[in-house]
Amino acid sequence: MLYREAGDFKTSYVADNQTFPIRFDRIGYYVILGVAFLVVPLFITDYWANSIVVPFLIYTIAALGLNILIGYCGQLSLGTGAFMAVGAYGSYKLMTAFPELNIIFVIILAGFITAGVGVLFGLPSLRIKGFYLAVATLAAQFFLIWLFTRQGWFYNYSPTGMISAPTREVFGYPVTGPRASAVSMYMICLCFLVATAWLARNLTRGSLGRQWMAIRDMDIAAEIIGVNPLMAKLTAFAVSSFFIGISGALLFTVYLGAAEAGEAFGIDKSFLVLFMVIIGGLGSIFGAFAGAAFLIVGPVMLKLLLVNTLGWPTDMAAHLEIMIIGALIIVFLIAEPHGIAALWRTIKEKLRLWPFPY
Amino acid sequence: MLDTQKDEGYTTADGRKIGGVAMEMRNITLRFGGVVAIKDISFDIRWGEIRAIIGPNGAGKSSMLNVISGSYHPQEGDVIYKGYKRPKMRPYQVARMGIARTFQNIALFEGMSVLDNIMTGRLHHMKANLFQQAMWWGKAEREETENRAQVEKIIDFLEIQHIRKTPVSRLPYGLKKRVELARALAAEPSILLLDEPMAGMNVEEKEDMSRFILDVNDEFGTTTVLIEHDMGVVMDLSDRVVVMDYGKKIGDGTPDEVRNNEEVIKAYLGVAHE
Repeated sequence: MLYREAGDFKTSYVADNQTFPIRFDRIGYYVILGVAFLVVPLFITDYWANSIVVPFLIYTIAALGLNILIGYCGQLSLGTGAFMAVGAYGSYKLMTAFPELNIIFVIILAGFITAGVGVLFGLPSLRIKGFYLAVATLAAQFFLIWLFTRQGWFYNYSPTGMISAPTREVFGYPVTGPRASAVSMYMICLCFLVATAWLARNLTRGSLGRQWMAIRDMDIAAEIIGVNPLMAKLTAFAVSSFFIGISGALLFTVYLGAAEAGEAFGIDKSFLVLFMVIIGGLGSIFGAFAGAAFLIVGPVMLKLLLVNTLGWPTDMAAHLEIMIIGALIIVFLIAEPHGIAALWRTIKEKLRLWPFPY
Repeated sequence: MLDTQKDEGYTTADGRKIGGVAMEMRNITLRFGGVVAIKDISFDIRWGEIRAIIGPNGAGKSSMLNVISGSYHPQEGDVIYKGYKRPKMRPYQVARMGIARTFQNIALFEGMSVLDNIMTGRLHHMKANLFQQAMWWGKAEREETENRAQVEKIIDFLEIQHIRKTPVSRLPYGLKKRVELARALAAEPSILLLDEPMAGMNVEEKEDMSRFILDVNDEFGTTTVLIEHDMGVVMDLSDRVVVMDYGKKIGDGTPDEVRNNEEVIKAYLGVAHE
């Protein structure tokens, strides 16, 4: 079967608007979903879950969120780390205040709390844009982290200043705390990722997504066409923060188990997610996946290659790893400034014409 | 309801029906600091007509259009729309009242496809809320399909079917102008404002564009206000012309009246110093 849309006639606008217009892509998508849900859980081990798979899933959610804000709505933000912290501390407070509440609702509610906080810190975007807005969101980063490390109420006055996730179960399987198995951790993160990716896709293809993109591409024209800039920007902040809050809550409850705001959600996290979005591709759902894969899976794969396969000393491998990833980022950005997603798009376009490009 | 006198309009020589007054500009004065861009200008726009605003560079034509579309707020004077005095509004609110426009320098959304650009024009025909859109369920999907059907009609009308899914940034200039017209038309506006729709076009493209403007007016009865420098085009297309110079109105009437107006000739050709 060749990779093209010829012969695959669309007879309705719904069919024409679908996410994967090419049959090959559609099948590939279902295969990947099937593998993720049915095959991976059979083989996943603690090592793979902890070093690659779970952080990849969680950071992809964060990258999806930030991509909505930066890639779709064009509002630069450096507060991702702090918003993840809001999700984490929100879920911690909810878990300790309502022990019976199911963890899934806890995480979703933490997302909504973060959405509220995000809207609050998104208000400056109505007046300032670009780098100046980035500086304003930087204020959120420092203020919120200060709040979470200095105000005892947020960490329930624990003597260490850390928050730690108690064990919670879904359908009788513990998903948080020390007894959580690799499979259950993987499954809950995967479910959240699939759900958020689906929501992100829906939001970006409809009327709201077009309003965001209009604001991104030319805000003055957008307003004259009828986009309310206030609504568009604040919904982008809300939705983006919702996703980032969910990822922060998952990172804390499922992956870390215990966290301290300054350490786990510092400015380096903001930059990590920002780089994921830029390298993956701004304004693309696939880009969030690609960027997270590059920055989470890449280093681990390099380490496996250098240490386990080539037998190099660990410390040298660690240094080399940073250098190689840095060099790869530069190479990628020179080859395709619009990120891996744009590279992927070009490949697909070439593939559609292959083997007779004329 | 203000005292706009009962006015049933008239029928043009070629049989088009021109209605009563749609919008009236009353004594508009617009200042930027010490610079007076528009000085006490009044004119009206009738339903169904093609109204041109002409004048030399810097005459204040684009400022006038910006006043109509709500981007500038005049210090003095009123805009009377559909018989009511329009309060001070943000541009997006004006857009929702049925005023759409195109821009002198193309203002398309470069990162989006042609289809998405035109669909953006239909914003206020789409009412699904955030949660319906997030779930892509019920209203959201239904609206998307209904509005797509409307957009397809406009795409057919302006003959841009072949570039539907092309990113706007890849299009040549003339097509971009056409897509911009499509985006404005998609809003189904009561009044369509065109800011130099033919700037920078070659003769053929100008002919196409003129055809489209006339067809739009014919087919949908859209009231059109246009700014244009090409006098031949303006005189052929428009029903009535306002002439501006240095922020003042120096002429108003049918193309023939304006053409023979002393002041207008002076402004355009200059006068010999005796």
